[in-house]
Amino acid sequence: MPSKPIPSQTPSQTIGPFFAQGLTAAQSDYPFDSIIDNTISGPGQVVHIQGRVFDGEGKAADDAMIEIWQADCNGQYDQENFCGYARCGTGYRDDLHFSFKTIKPGSCGVDQAPYITVIVFMRGLMTHAFTRLYFDDEAEANARDFIFQQLPEDRKTSLIAMGIEGEEGLTYVFDIHMQGADETLFFDI
Amino acid sequence: MTSRDWSQHPPYICPDYKSSVLRGPTRPLLNLASLYQQQPGSAGELLGKLTDVYQTRSIDCDLTKNGPPGGEPIGERIIVGGRVMDDRGRAVAGALVEIWQANASGRYLHRADQHHAPLDPNFIGAGRAITDRDGYYRFYTIKPGSYPWANHVNAWRPQHIHFSVLGATLATRLVTQMYFPGDPLLDLDPIFQAVPAAARINLIAQFDLGLSQADFALGYYFDIVLGGPRETPADTPG
Repeated sequence: MPSKPIPSQTPSQTIGPFFAQGLTAAQSDYPFDSIIDNTISGPGQVVHIQGRVFDGEGKAADDAMIEIWQADCNGQYDQENFCGYARCGTGYRDDLHFSFKTIKPGSCGVDQAPYITVIVFMRGLMTHAFTRLYFDDEAEANARDFIFQQLPEDRKTSLIAMGIEGEEGLTYVFDIHMQGADETLFFDI
Repeated sequence: MTSRDWSQHPPYICPDYKSSVLRGPTRPLLNLASLYQQQPGSAGELLGKLTDVYQTRSIDCDLTKNGPPGGEPIGERIIVGGRVMDDRGRAVAGALVEIWQANASGRYLHRADQHHAPLDPNFIGAGRAITDRDGYYRFYTIKPGSYPWANHVNAWRPQHIHFSVLGATLATRLVTQMYFPGDPLLDLDPIFQAVPAAARINLIAQFDLGLSQADFALGYYFDIVLGGPRETPADTPG
């Protein structure tokens, strides 16, 4: 049996307001390339995910960063030639939306609705926050989803993205509320 | 039991760090891993692999060279290196480590930074590296300056380099800041002080003569320990 002491986890610190020059540089026109952008490509239905991040006074953040993580159109992770990870800031558009172009993930199993994992980072957030996005046009699947079923009733709506016909096509709007009556349900994982 | 050891991490709401008051979630987090226990073996979201996904070029980890060509940035050249491991001490190979920082004067390239300090035409202040098979990464950069911020009167951030790490799985995700030993601003910084006292040492790099290169750069050693999905009893070795 190893006798080395178990190392302690490195503490989290806020991402701060200046991450764009390193993490989302191309999106914000900094002279550094981006290794992770706001698109996910692959077979399946192309959809857009958009939204804003609101603080406790209902003010939209211009310095947040959102990351998404998802399965492919068959509900599979770890597939060759499919990278289900993407990242977007909220400061590069005048309307302060984050915007992703991706493919709609498939269901991962008979008791799972399609979903996208969402991570929020920003100045003022000491540790990043995890949440999930479900699709409003999957009401039946959402009701059967074994995770969704276990959530408190009054928090479920905060996880539903509403489909609209956007400028670029089918768009799901997912606003994130850090605090307040509409506070988004965040997970510990 | 979740992947983050909350005894090591700062809380969401830290009154001395003004921005956190309106931005930190106020309601308790829901434990996703325990919700998954209803259907063991279904957690693709938590177990999907994120290492060995990205590639970098050798210039990407040299912030003294990856800026606009034509000169070297001003400031004290340093080497920052260390090991990324999980909290069982095992090396994490193929992890993406991204850093960003201010220049030697304490000014970020970012347009939102309007601190009255000069920009350096030869410095961007951004880099990335992939950990090797033993979990090691290494950056060449310039020691960043301290800078003032609006949190309170005469507030200054200690010298720091921002780190973002993508480990093997989603739960390992970490964003943090690396500080320098002996910095008098650490005792006064609400962001650093928000970390539980016993854990703060893990954010301070260690000066390392062995990592230094004679006549070229001083070395600072910074290990990064990631959380991760809890193993089931069946996965525990031995």
